[in-house]
Amino acid sequence: MNIVVCVKRVPDTETKIKIGGEGTKIDPAGVEFIISPFDEFAVEEAIRIKEKLGKGEITILSLGPADAQTIMRKAYAMGADKGTHLNDATECQDTLAEAQALAAALKGMQFDLLLFGKQAVDYDNGAVGVQVARLLNIPVVSRIIKLDVADGKATVERESDMGKEVVEVKLPAAFTAEKGLNEPRYPKLMDIMKAKKKPLEEKPAQLEAPKLTIVKMDYPPARPPGKIVGQGEESVPALVNLLKNEAKAL
Amino acid sequence: MGNNVLIFAEQMGGKFRSVAYEAICQGKKMAQGLGGKAIAVAIGGGVEAVAKDLGQYGADKVIVVDNAKLKDFTVDAYGKAFSEVVSKNDPAVVLLAATFQGKDLGGYASAALGAPLSSDCTEWASQDGGIQVKRPIYAGKAYVTVKFNSQPAVISLRPKVFLPDAPDASKSAEVEKIDLALSDDDFRSVVKEIITKTAGKIDVTEADIIVSGGRGLKGPEGFVVLEELAGLLGAAVGASRTVVDEGWRSHSDQIGQTGKVVSPKLYIACGISGAIQHLAGMRTSKCIVAINKDPEAPIFSTADYGIVGDLFKVVPALTAEIKKTIG
Repeated sequence: MNIVVCVKRVPDTETKIKIGGEGTKIDPAGVEFIISPFDEFAVEEAIRIKEKLGKGEITILSLGPADAQTIMRKAYAMGADKGTHLNDATECQDTLAEAQALAAALKGMQFDLLLFGKQAVDYDNGAVGVQVARLLNIPVVSRIIKLDVADGKATVERESDMGKEVVEVKLPAAFTAEKGLNEPRYPKLMDIMKAKKKPLEEKPAQLEAPKLTIVKMDYPPARPPGKIVGQGEESVPALVNLLKNEAKAL
Repeated sequence: MGNNVLIFAEQMGGKFRSVAYEAICQGKKMAQGLGGKAIAVAIGGGVEAVAKDLGQYGADKVIVVDNAKLKDFTVDAYGKAFSEVVSKNDPAVVLLAATFQGKDLGGYASAALGAPLSSDCTEWASQDGGIQVKRPIYAGKAYVTVKFNSQPAVISLRPKVFLPDAPDASKSAEVEKIDLALSDDDFRSVVKEIITKTAGKIDVTEADIIVSGGRGLKGPEGFVVLEELAGLLGAAVGASRTVVDEGWRSHSDQIGQTGKVVSPKLYIACGISGAIQHLAGMRTSKCIVAINKDPEAPIFSTADYGIVGDLFKVVPALTAEIKKTIG
């Protein structure tokens, strides 16, 4: 079983976002970058499948700046075998252009499973997995919380507005990971050392001209300052009064 | 170049969802600005009968793809049908709701048509003969204004941000039924089973009121006090990341950057300190109440009203007081 996992480098979720000088990108100074948390579930799932089957190869594919290699090595330390970095110094902000570049790179690869996170926690479009699958003409199920592979088929579970769905899919296929799929492991020191020696190929990302432009980036409107109603349960009647008559929230 | 707006009318079990009406009302407004028509697209098994009612919300025309094989949503089959309708109609804008289905279909259509995409938009404006949108990024820690350089633009709207106008019963849309050839290839993914939700459980993204708990609840059993308050208010119970990672609550209840982004009328945060990733998920709530024993907790700087105290005393008192006040 060959598995390709697409991962993206994003700011840690505890980061306070600062808009950069040009007003259309964030200021990266002091920001710690991580594997997008949903992509990390995808990496973990690939490793668990390989461990269960006792064979197969896990390839990491990442589009991003030079520094994306740092998070690829993290995926290697978790258990991935090799990878390709699609170098993009332009910091592409168009999800379709990114999907097209990933699909172009994937056309030369052999795989049974193609895994993504359900969204990168930066631009939050939640589209790349589905876009890439369509560009490669393979089936896709997004936001899965369970994945079983057997006999050229995958059986997955996901949450939908109806409840929980069980979906059966012919391989090769793409899936995007939702929280709940698994609990990613912490790599051991030994594995971190080994990860440094695993093969990492670098290629320029084949990015088309973006079909959209970020005109500007803004902070969310500030919330009006709140007030401490009081201490302990004695202040509850005052709170209920405020909620009812001032905020009209009850 | 077209000037129509094509709108995906999302349905569940043969009934259109409120997000479909939200999208059609905005689609009509966009179409007016572009000098075109609002065309709704209904896909499913048994949707033809109700399709013309979409005219009451502003659709000039409804295109129906009604096929028993399309009873259950899969992005592969619905995407194929939807993309074909889009490419035949050459619209300026493809509009969807940013729901599970809408996000999937938007991605599919964007790739199939080579069209730019923006998900989860919270504002839009007519600009230079096209549509410009504003959308949250980093779960709402910042917003971007996006301009499209090619047509059509695929846009999904965040649910419950744009409220639909009241339906006009005197209006009815022209219905065009089309048959599409679907091949085995479109059914490589098949829904085998749907395990329906527990009756009465309200999803956090759909709730008007959320009572949410964090580490201060001390364990899964602590949530009983929140459940009582939520039951009284008809509210959903949410959870912080810590609580979900500890296994005290289900993943589907998590609010924050790696959970769900919510904006209810009232958000009551109990025993939640207010980590940046949590605040990102609930800061657009209309009214925020924080109950925490630590007066320095960052949640108080985002809350409209705060009570410093032991939640196990304050929350039951709140339940009792509300019962007394609103009956």
